[in-house]
Amino acid sequence: MAECVGVDSNTSGHSMDKSITLPPDEIFRNLENAKRFAIDIGGSLTKLAYYSTVQHKVAKVRSFDTTAKAPNDKLYEISVQEEVTARLHFIKFENAYIETCLDFIKDHLVNTETKVIKATGGGAHKFKELIEKKLGLNVDKEDEMTCLIKGCNFVLKNIPHEAFVYARHADSEFRFQTANPDIFPYLLVNIGSGVSIVKVESEDQFERIGGSSIGGGTFWGLGALLTKTKRFDELLQLASKGQHTNVDMLVKDIYGGSYGCLGLTGDLIASSFGKSATADKEFSKEDMAKSLLHMISNDIGQLACLYAKLHNLSRVYFGGFFIRGHPVTMHTITYSINFFTKGEVQALFLRHEGYLGAIGAFLKGAEEDNPNQYSWGENYAGSSGLMSVSPDMNPMQRARSGTFDMLEMDRLERQLVNLPLLQDPSSYIPDTVDLTEDALARDYWLYCFEDALDGVVKRAVASQPDIPEAVVRAEKFRQKYRHKLLTLRHQPFAYGSLTVRSLLDTREHCLNEFNFPDPYSKIKQRENDMALKHYQRTVESLDALSWEDRQFALVSGVLAGNVFDWGAKAVSDVLESDPGFGFEQCALFFVDNSGVDIILGVMPFVRELLSRGTEVVLASNSGPALNDVTNGELQILTERIAAMDPVLQAGLQEDRLTLVQSGSSSPCLDLSRLDKVLAMVVRERQTDLVIIEGMGRAIHTNYYATLSCESLKMAVIKNSWLADRLGGKLFSVVFKYEVPLGKVHHNGATLMLS
Amino acid sequence: MDIGGTLVKLVYFEPVDITAEEEQEEVENLKSIRRYLTSNVAYGKTGVRDVHLELRNMTMCGRTGNLHFIRFPTQAMPRFIQMGRDKNFSSLHTTLCATGGGAYKFENEFRMMADLELLKLDELDCLIRGLLFVDRMGFNGHPECYYFQNPSDTQSCVKKPCTLDNPFPMLLVNIGSGVSILAVYSENNYKRVTGTSLGGGTFLGLCCLLTGCETFEEALEMASKGDSTNVDKLVKDIYGGDYERFGLQGSAVASSFGHMMSKEKRDSISKEDLARATLVTITNNIGSIARMCAVNERIERVVFVGNFLRINTVSTKLLAYAMDFWSKGQLRALFLEHEGYFGAVGALMELLKPTDDL
Repeated sequence: MAECVGVDSNTSGHSMDKSITLPPDEIFRNLENAKRFAIDIGGSLTKLAYYSTVQHKVAKVRSFDTTAKAPNDKLYEISVQEEVTARLHFIKFENAYIETCLDFIKDHLVNTETKVIKATGGGAHKFKELIEKKLGLNVDKEDEMTCLIKGCNFVLKNIPHEAFVYARHADSEFRFQTANPDIFPYLLVNIGSGVSIVKVESEDQFERIGGSSIGGGTFWGLGALLTKTKRFDELLQLASKGQHTNVDMLVKDIYGGSYGCLGLTGDLIASSFGKSATADKEFSKEDMAKSLLHMISNDIGQLACLYAKLHNLSRVYFGGFFIRGHPVTMHTITYSINFFTKGEVQALFLRHEGYLGAIGAFLKGAEEDNPNQYSWGENYAGSSGLMSVSPDMNPMQRARSGTFDMLEMDRLERQLVNLPLLQDPSSYIPDTVDLTEDALARDYWLYCFEDALDGVVKRAVASQPDIPEAVVRAEKFRQKYRHKLLTLRHQPFAYGSLTVRSLLDTREHCLNEFNFPDPYSKIKQRENDMALKHYQRTVESLDALSWEDRQFALVSGVLAGNVFDWGAKAVSDVLESDPGFGFEQCALFFVDNSGVDIILGVMPFVRELLSRGTEVVLASNSGPALNDVTNGELQILTERIAAMDPVLQAGLQEDRLTLVQSGSSSPCLDLSRLDKVLAMVVRERQTDLVIIEGMGRAIHTNYYATLSCESLKMAVIKNSWLADRLGGKLFSVVFKYEVPLGKVHHNGATLMLS
Repeated sequence: MDIGGTLVKLVYFEPVDITAEEEQEEVENLKSIRRYLTSNVAYGKTGVRDVHLELRNMTMCGRTGNLHFIRFPTQAMPRFIQMGRDKNFSSLHTTLCATGGGAYKFENEFRMMADLELLKLDELDCLIRGLLFVDRMGFNGHPECYYFQNPSDTQSCVKKPCTLDNPFPMLLVNIGSGVSILAVYSENNYKRVTGTSLGGGTFLGLCCLLTGCETFEEALEMASKGDSTNVDKLVKDIYGGDYERFGLQGSAVASSFGHMMSKEKRDSISKEDLARATLVTITNNIGSIARMCAVNERIERVVFVGNFLRINTVSTKLLAYAMDFWSKGQLRALFLEHEGYFGAVGALMELLKPTDDL
């Protein structure tokens, strides 16, 4: 049922706080180009959504005209261009600020063609006039449940760590679920003032299969009567301090112990409020609130289980204001579901649950833009993260006024899909270590990133030597990223599972935020130039080697540019152990760095594969990240190399060497979110070997990834802590060759050599 | 006796075919107890004999007699045990069959205080056995079972007697302090499907806290005069009418006690309204869980028993309506006249088992 309209005087319209001034840098960003507004007004919180275009700088590379008379010593030129990308903004604030916020929006909304604002939520009609007057937009009401479901589908599809299991006493309270590409069917239990239980079968197909009138409104209403406490939050606070056993009649109160033959333990509640049927006793507010909380949570959990069982559904998500960001209610609901299903069904919660209605209403209004046709990604720089304003998590922010929560999602240029070669997409986890669960690793990596921040800032400034204000921006970047690291130290679950990948991605997002699109562009350019000059000589010397020596030299070339002396024999043993190796139909190669790595390491390896008759698909980043080679750069490099190397030239001409982009702008690799075109090429070419290179892609993210074809993971461990963890030494080399079970008698080998 | 969380139910079989020989053998003590029980309708401050439920001239295990139904609050158990000691129950050479949780909880006190050994029996076994027995015996020539005709229409809704021939399978919903829901396939084959802690004890407990009332009768009396729509938020309070997208009627309760989120509304409602809302909330919830269980277990007959339903036509009619409406006529709610006494009857039957030479 609907979320109720705020009814207590302190949350309703007549005590609007106009005194707050909104920091324009922080919230309602990019209003100048905002369009397609949507608003979801709940009992105490308003969620505003809009779509905006963001102009930001991107680094582009362009090949010099090779036919030009004056020979240039540079391979390509770098230019910084303005690019426009689409971004979704969602802002959550208390209803008390709605007027201030509307004024702010009006003042900053420059040129919009928008005429309509989509509205949903129980409070939409109450604020209709105010919105129309302030913004000059027509309020167009959308069905609440439809919006909720639409929003739910959207976050489940686009945010990998959206759903989580809550475990209060576990090491990590929030256990995020791996994103299953197949989100349907599921059950959504929305606990507003009442409860609606909705079965969702597809994007447009859902049905309210049941509900209950005992919901958040019952807790609030009955709680207010029993305890004379007005606010919902305060009632929860009371409940968390109470002892329900003083009010409830337990099995042991009736039996003196447990009811053994039915397996009912003595502590089980036999009758809620069963002890309060007496006039001669006083009950504490805390105890009554706790008893009420248990009564309602258990009841909802029981009904949810009955419906889940009837419809044979195992994925049950809980949402609504009763749940929203409240560890207390997440805990009691989880307990109830566990009890009634004996652990067969897990209660799932959503990181962006509070935004579902606003997201759905927005999507309803944006149907002509086909938002569902694109892939979207959470922008870590612009999003507040889970429970950032929760008093339970962040007591410093208990002074609630002025706390705004934000979610920003970038429209990705490419549609992202699973790598078709993943053995089991539903169990694939693109991270080797979950730092939310591993406190030691978390401390180490957070420290690492903190420690490296100075260097990153310096690099960013250096990448824009002609722009004086770069120093200021770099400083802002430092503050932002440091703040993120601080947040993650306290709330490691803020953006889903904390991983090295998410730390790296957050840094990239923050750099982009302050217009440092590619701090490494010049370094990459220089290194590419240099490496290219050695290409021919490297190839010639490789060709002069025997087969066995050449294989070793090629692999070590990929790994570290011939720097490290390690067991040559061992590598060729691994390669020879599978007689089929080297005779694949097509190899997909996820490449890593610019410079020596790609030109003198990867390219000769590719050349070898091509000359053996194996087709090669080279996958590189769509956008820049650290010194990783981008697709744009690789296009130019490949052309240049092909000009001096007939093998590669032929490969390109005969279409046996293909360059694709990964769809990513991260130094890591998430095989469940790859460019759709890449997936298509992989399928068409009948790819049967996947090579993943480098720390970010082969170690941090895909060390344990299982593929349905042969795979080769290669990296040099450039981090002593990690080397230790993996049982090796600094600069150890990981060379992991795997053959899927059942394909060949032998299933691979891992070498770690120093 | 059946010692529950709130009430103790005691059934007493008074044989009327006592032979002169038996009369002579009978100890004086037993006679005085019989006289005490059968000549009073109230015992102490809180004990009550439900005279209207008395089963007269019935045959039980070869004896003819009257079955008396007595109840008193579980809180009075210590006094009852005291009485057992004072009246020297232990001299009667009879066994006290007891079921319900109290059979376990008070076992020691019976032994220590009154020198009485309890024969403890499982409450669900007793419940089913007693229910089937009373239903077979009938209610002094009338059927024990009834249902409501036209449950969806308050004007023409009437109570109709019926028989429980072919009772299996049935979903048995026992509403005492808490609620147990059983799927019964035969007298000896049943399972506890689930239960809920929102039962009669919750109704009375909340009513006491909200209205200051002290007894079940008082709470029900208030509830009968109140209007729950002043307390509950209805679908139409939110949507202005029906919520058509989901086929919800405007008159359906969207949020129990939902209006009470508002201070204004809290200040304007009466105790009677609160009592009524509490009753409706608890009843609807039991109906909803029972209905889901019936559907999951594929059982069409839902039998409601337990002392929560005593003198409680608001709840029985509401349950009848809820079963009928939400199942679109697929489910039928059945009720029994001796609501809360079946456990005690089942325990008594154990005592009278002819095979034992007690």
